Amino acid sequence: MNDLQKLAHLPQDQRVLLTPLVRTTRCFWIWATLLTAITLWGGIAYYLQLRHGLGLTGLNTPAYWGIYIIDFVFFIGISHAGTLISAILRISNAEWRRSITRSAEFITVLVIAFGAVQPVLDLGRPDRLLNIIIHGQAWSPLLWDVCSIGLYFLGSSIYLYVPMIPDLAVIRDLGIRPRWLYWFLAIGFHDTPQSRRVLHRIIAFLAVAVIPIAISVHTVIAWIFALTLRPMWHSTIFGPYFVVGAIYSGIAALILAMTILRRVYRLEAYFKVVHFNNMGILLLVMSLLWTYFTFAEYLTAWYGGEEAELATFWSKVTGPFAFAFWLMVVSCFVVPLGLMCRRATRGVWGTTIASAFVVLGMWLERFTIVVPTSVHPRIEMSGASYFPSWVELSIMASTFSGFILVYMVATKFFPIISLWEIQEGREESVHDVSERVASYLPDDIEAVQT
Amino acid sequence: MARWGMVIDLDRCNGCQACEVACRAENNIPVGGPEAARQNRTISWMQVVTEVHGEWPEVHTRFIPRPCMHCDRPPCTAVCPVGATSIDSEGIVGQNYPRCIGCRYCANACPYTVKSFNWKKPSYPQSSEPMLNPDVSTRPAGVIEKCTFCHHRLQRARDQARAENRPLRESDYVPACVEACPTGAITFGDLDDPRHRVARLITNPRAFRLLEELGTKPKVYYLAEER
Repeated sequence: MNDLQKLAHLPQDQRVLLTPLVRTTRCFWIWATLLTAITLWGGIAYYLQLRHGLGLTGLNTPAYWGIYIIDFVFFIGISHAGTLISAILRISNAEWRRSITRSAEFITVLVIAFGAVQPVLDLGRPDRLLNIIIHGQAWSPLLWDVCSIGLYFLGSSIYLYVPMIPDLAVIRDLGIRPRWLYWFLAIGFHDTPQSRRVLHRIIAFLAVAVIPIAISVHTVIAWIFALTLRPMWHSTIFGPYFVVGAIYSGIAALILAMTILRRVYRLEAYFKVVHFNNMGILLLVMSLLWTYFTFAEYLTAWYGGEEAELATFWSKVTGPFAFAFWLMVVSCFVVPLGLMCRRATRGVWGTTIASAFVVLGMWLERFTIVVPTSVHPRIEMSGASYFPSWVELSIMASTFSGFILVYMVATKFFPIISLWEIQEGREESVHDVSERVASYLPDDIEAVQT
Repeated sequence: MARWGMVIDLDRCNGCQACEVACRAENNIPVGGPEAARQNRTISWMQVVTEVHGEWPEVHTRFIPRPCMHCDRPPCTAVCPVGATSIDSEGIVGQNYPRCIGCRYCANACPYTVKSFNWKKPSYPQSSEPMLNPDVSTRPAGVIEKCTFCHHRLQRARDQARAENRPLRESDYVPACVEACPTGAITFGDLDDPRHRVARLITNPRAFRLLEELGTKPKVYYLAEER
């Protein structure tokens, strides 16, 4: 009996959700090949950069930072999709979370690695990377970043793994290949009421612990910029502004992942319209918050009228970066707000289109933060400009394709929707929720007064 | 303890750039050539910045020689993740090339844009290779470099004074740019020693510092033009 036949007799949840683990379509192989090719292409570009140095990039004086730092901020932002959103939904007992938490947590863990590697790509001397540990200077915000991102990666990996253990045990017991992998990862778990209780307690603890870590990560990234004296970087609002942007782009990336998973693995019954609707509402809230922060930030720079600030401000609003800036405004404000404020357009396609715009817009936001300030130092330099080279663009393409590739591969080894949480939802939540609602209703007045 | 500083009289500067040339020769600054110039990747530790004010026929050009400001509160040293740039006890902000990882955070944090990055392996015209200054190390690709107030000259002057068993004199330690200036626009010395000319010059009402309002406390002073 092969693995596919083993699934045939199982109940719907297990059958549908475990199918991707045992059956691989041709379409998957085509995409995997294409993405591998792009990833390898970026690998070649990086090899050349290693050999010849950062001279192969478009960076210069004073545009010291470019694509790599933009991507660093962008990808770490995307990573806020999973852990933070899933933790908040778990803590707030949002029952609709059950089918989406796992896919969100996978985004987090995988994208952090791709984000964290970006500053290393940006180093002039990657061979001296360990100096950060050997000669670490605790006063540098970059070092704080190393710590908070390291902690976040650790925390979110545990937060992905622990809630997956019961599913891994199920897969182990079904004997799906590679057996050694599931045997190892399931660490001898057996589903008893006692072990469930322990599991719930650990998850509850992790969900609470992981939120401040997630917030610290993007706050510290914001501080890399905000703690310098550069115009339009040196801003107290940057910490929360970056966190909001991170959650915003994270939700958008999660919606895109849900749309794709739903289509390729036929998961319409699990990623339902109501999920997209609810995620769309979150997107709407974040869109408004993002717009509010952006407005506050730009108003302050403009109204203050400081010469150095204005040079950067006008270069974004009407100058050489105006196209990127206004496209960002359209992508992060006009389109998502327009589509998400109406129930009719908050369906699968509406939220997907809005999310695609948000992901694009948030990349542009990182661009319009990093580059315009870079090329407008306080003591103006004539002819300062930045345009990425093919090496930088190849590495960027390779980062995107590499992330999608490992995500695809992950869905082939691990159920992308939590089996036991869906099952628990079916068995217990319906009852729990009606009890919860009943507890909100007024008590018998005489019983209370006596 | 000395606190080394520089005073540049803008009235005397005629924009000849001799300071730049002297600095290049003294500090083994690589020659980037036209390609580097086109890409904004030239390296200069001392640069004469030209400011043009007004429109023809009322044009006024101002020359501002700009070395590292050697701030007393340097924003660049704080952000370095590996401590490759730091301020020493005599106020000179140094750069440790073998330790620098090339993240360019210090270059971004510097409000004066005086830090240069080695985008490529440094190259020198063949004819000038035998003339490289043995007192100054050449830098590898991928690290930041900047003006050191010709720190190697201080070490040499101090050794000399010790050998002759006498205290260090004002004229013992003079950076290359100061020495080369034909109009005597640049003065160098200990800002805290009242016997040094710089200590007197910085009390001149014409004295100002670049971006003083940022609180970086630069040790390079300028004397504004009298007009």
